[in-house]
Amino acid sequence: MEDEAPVIYGLEFQARSLCAQEAETESIRFLVGTQSLRAENQVHYIDFDDENSIIKKTIFRHRDGEIWNMSASTFDPFLFSTCFNKTSDSKSEMRAAVWQLPNSEMEPSSPGGDDSSSAHPHLNLMCYLETPADEGASRADVRSVLWHPAGDTHQLIGICEDRLVTWDLDTASSTAKVTSSKNIEGRGHSKTISGRWNPHHNCQQVATAMDTAVRGWDLRTMSQAYQIESAHSQLVRDLDFNPNKQYYLATCGDDCRIKFWDTRNLTQPLKILSEHSHWVWSVRFNRFHDQLILSSSSDSRVVLHSVVSLSSEPYGHLVDNDDDDDEGNSDKEDREADDDSLKEESHEPPKDGVISTYEEHEDSVYAADWSSADPWTFASLSYDGRLVINHVPRSEKYKILL
Amino acid sequence: MEERHRRRDLKLYYGLENGDQESESSVQHAMINSTDPCNLDGSNFQPQTYLSKLIQERSLTELMDEEQKMVKDIRGLDSDMQTLVYENYNKFISATDTIRKMKNDFRKMEDEMDHLASNMSAITNFSASISGTLQDRRQQITKLAGVHSLLKKLQFLFELPARLNKCIEMEAYVQAVRYYTKAQRVLHQYDHMPSFQGIHADCESIIKQLRGKLMERFRQKESTAKQLTECVDLLTQLGEPAESLCDEFLSHAKQKLDEDLDEMKTQIKLYSGEPAPGQEQRPAHAYMNAGMDVLEFVDLGCNGFLSNMCLVIASYNDMFMNRTVTDESLDTIALRKLVLFVNELMEQYFNSVRQRVQLEKETGDNTILVRALDRFHRRLQAMNKLLPDTDFSRAGTEIVSRGARDRVSHYLQSLKQHFADCLTDIRQNLAAPRLVGKQDNTARLSELLANMQSSVVEQIKSVLGNLQAFIAPDITFAMKPYFRGPFCSQDVREGLVVAFIKHICSTCNDFCEVPGDKTSSPPALLMILSRFCIDLENASISYLLSLAEEQFMVEDRMPLTSTTELFSMAKDTGQRLLNHYVRVQGLTISQMLRKSVETRDWLTTIEPRNVRAVMKRVVEDITAIDMQVGQLYEEGVRKERSSDSSRRTHALSASQPNRRPQWNYAPSVDNSLMSNIQKLFSEKIEIFSAVEFSKVSVLTGIVKISLKTFLECVRLRTFGKYGLQQIQVDTHYLQLYLWRFVSDENLVQVLLDEIVCSAVHRCVCDKAMMEPSVIDLICDRG
Repeated sequence: MEDEAPVIYGLEFQARSLCAQEAETESIRFLVGTQSLRAENQVHYIDFDDENSIIKKTIFRHRDGEIWNMSASTFDPFLFSTCFNKTSDSKSEMRAAVWQLPNSEMEPSSPGGDDSSSAHPHLNLMCYLETPADEGASRADVRSVLWHPAGDTHQLIGICEDRLVTWDLDTASSTAKVTSSKNIEGRGHSKTISGRWNPHHNCQQVATAMDTAVRGWDLRTMSQAYQIESAHSQLVRDLDFNPNKQYYLATCGDDCRIKFWDTRNLTQPLKILSEHSHWVWSVRFNRFHDQLILSSSSDSRVVLHSVVSLSSEPYGHLVDNDDDDDEGNSDKEDREADDDSLKEESHEPPKDGVISTYEEHEDSVYAADWSSADPWTFASLSYDGRLVINHVPRSEKYKILL
Repeated sequence: MEERHRRRDLKLYYGLENGDQESESSVQHAMINSTDPCNLDGSNFQPQTYLSKLIQERSLTELMDEEQKMVKDIRGLDSDMQTLVYENYNKFISATDTIRKMKNDFRKMEDEMDHLASNMSAITNFSASISGTLQDRRQQITKLAGVHSLLKKLQFLFELPARLNKCIEMEAYVQAVRYYTKAQRVLHQYDHMPSFQGIHADCESIIKQLRGKLMERFRQKESTAKQLTECVDLLTQLGEPAESLCDEFLSHAKQKLDEDLDEMKTQIKLYSGEPAPGQEQRPAHAYMNAGMDVLEFVDLGCNGFLSNMCLVIASYNDMFMNRTVTDESLDTIALRKLVLFVNELMEQYFNSVRQRVQLEKETGDNTILVRALDRFHRRLQAMNKLLPDTDFSRAGTEIVSRGARDRVSHYLQSLKQHFADCLTDIRQNLAAPRLVGKQDNTARLSELLANMQSSVVEQIKSVLGNLQAFIAPDITFAMKPYFRGPFCSQDVREGLVVAFIKHICSTCNDFCEVPGDKTSSPPALLMILSRFCIDLENASISYLLSLAEEQFMVEDRMPLTSTTELFSMAKDTGQRLLNHYVRVQGLTISQMLRKSVETRDWLTTIEPRNVRAVMKRVVEDITAIDMQVGQLYEEGVRKERSSDSSRRTHALSASQPNRRPQWNYAPSVDNSLMSNIQKLFSEKIEIFSAVEFSKVSVLTGIVKISLKTFLECVRLRTFGKYGLQQIQVDTHYLQLYLWRFVSDENLVQVLLDEIVCSAVHRCVCDKAMMEPSVIDLICDRG
């Protein structure tokens, strides 16, 4: 079966940060932040038309420095945060801010139009996310900002190198007030690299990756809930929570592995995947079908895994093959797909394994994310500024759906 | 004519033979010529014819002569006739006399016969009257005789108790039983009469006593088989049910056999070191009672238990089964009982032997065990003949092969242990401070490898040699195909050699799966093991397998692990170990580089004057690794290397004028473009990829890992002008020294270029590159 070809979009700058527009559930939209020390940085607002495989982009100017990390608001599609590097001659510091996409983006231009930087509109700065400076120490570098997963409250968490900061945005999102700050510095000054907000347990937990360890924090008491001492033999680069199974956690790191953990039993990983040949920089569960795992690595590959055994649908979809009767009215494409998937499936239980490896990138892929709107679409971004939008192969898709 | 007839009649009367010769001959003549009418004596003689013939034929003289002759004949005949008549007359007269005399005699006899008849009738009358008178008497006499015999029997009965007692006293049990069986029926019949009842009761009690005695004797341990048979015989005669006797006999036998079994069990306990209950634990005593070795044990079993068992079976057969009197059903019941009994005990026996054989753990010589098993096996076969319906040899063989298998697995264990020891040895050797000096050091790894190889192979060989005892030609079970086949192929080949090789592979694989890399094994060990696996694949596996197959004559009937499978397994393992080695070494160097990049403040660093020490350290380490790998692996192939290696010192300025300077002049956008184009044409570099079994490939892997780490770390930092320059200096230094280790020097070039390129990108100021000549200068100095 012919799968849709990947759609490639090139940025002119190097880029590290990518996120789906979380609050948008209708169309496939991604935000990409560039990383350039000398030129003005941009945020590319990508709209992907799945029907026609056309990318529409809007470029906004991000005047505050190179973007290292960005994350979209979970309650307002126009809000997002960036972590950016502000450099002067003698020092560089990592700061964070909340931005709003200007409303003028309603008519996105097609690629290849004039993109002289002056033509691009600025982003609306809502507020800086300031970290409290205590005990004379300099401001902590913010590595990433997390939005409340459910979007219930306008709460933000900043993962800093040595601390965990929470902010409350006011309703207009114009000011952010620090509500708490917790020093989480580890032994030997190891720095926290990344973190994820657990969407389960009433959104009361955050997990952070520091050196080779993963630590879980309880936000109510701001104390450590659990710790995986040597989660990976090298640095842990990223982690993600299974959106449907509350105790399951995936981590990835410099040992080229992806590991799955049950936070109730941390002595042994549930599963280890070693499909990458260099450091794994990001791992993401599909929001809808948690057996689909997306990982990207500095071996310039993006790998789509199927981990059915640990998913919330371990036996596939629990609906029987009752598609025999709707043969008449289903459209042609569907029927073809049906035949194919039936042949392939033939009632054997789905197995874990690599679904597909995507090799469209030439450089290290530091970020990859699923679309928030379409469960079968994902984007990956390599350092050379190449954004690739890909799909889950149809056979796999039908295997999950049928 | 008339006369002739008469003569003939007479002749007939007196018989031909009595007639004189002449007449006879004449008769003959007459017979011959009877039809001749010219024959004077013939019956058909016709005088006319004769006469005419004579007259016709003869002359006168002749006729005259004939006439004379004839007259003479007539005369002779006449005289003959006269004498005959005379003679016969006399005879007739005498005959008449005789007849007359006889007539008189018969008349007299007739009278006497009449007399006799009258006498006989008189006698008959007499005898009839006598028998009539004697009739009554005779009846009385017969009655009296009957009474007499009855009385005799009664007397016997009355005396019976006393007799029985006496018999019992004299232990003449056979007699007693015979008496009793004789009387028993009568007693039973006349039980209703009080007197008989008394006797009966007496007898019964005596017999009960007798039965008791017999049972007692039957139960006595010391009673011989013959006695027992006799007892059983008597008891069955006494009406004891055969089945209960069978049971009795068997339970009696069981006691004895149980003793044997107990003895065996205590021996097992002694051997295994458990204190026997109730036994005092004096050390000397304990030492004395250390338990016998397995051969003695099996002997004990054979001589004690098995021979007793044989005896029991034999006497049982004698007693209960091969007897003419017993009916079929009893026979089968008895047989079934026996089989049950034997099976149960044999089961226990087998258990004991099995336990004992399992206790045999010592690595040493097999011969005793093999001999013990052999003896055991032989003895069982003998058993089989005794009891046809059961098959102990199967269970026996099962024990034997189990023993053999235990042995094999035991050896396998010891091989594993030995392998583990080897590994520890190597570890210690590697950890030991190198006192002996550097030149010795170079040979160390290969020496360790060779030591390990030879010791492992030797060990396997000696184990195989030991195991050969099991198939020595003088061992009976070794010749059985159902032992030999599985033993040779399943146990020895699969269970020992193949399993050991698999064990080696899995142990080695475990080295690659260390969860926390902190406590992992020294890289040199990984190196040695990987080489060891490769050597296994190349030579040792086929050698060991063929050795085993040769020594044990393995036939290819069963599905066996193929050599290719083992080859690929060993190769995989070697590959994995080598990959792991590359990974470990690469990570150590990466770690160094990462720390060095992360901990430095690249924005505010000072102008570079030297190559950073960490780079020197990296080159040193890689050189050391190169030496280490070189001891065990061949050089391997490189991509085309320029013959002029000295030019590398001027590589930047001389050989790549078109690439390096671009950073000086081109703006940053072009930079990325250039590097992208460059990437487009160069192959993608697999960082943690599998390596080949050669030094160059291993080193290439390590260098790749290290440089990629360097690249990624550089990308995470922000550089000032001098920071960038320092990176330039460092990468150039690396380039100067690393090319010689790798298979494709372009690879190093590409990676280092990418590092510098990334550093340029991450640099806050434009146009901050250092002049290549200055870089050369610094590197040459450092």
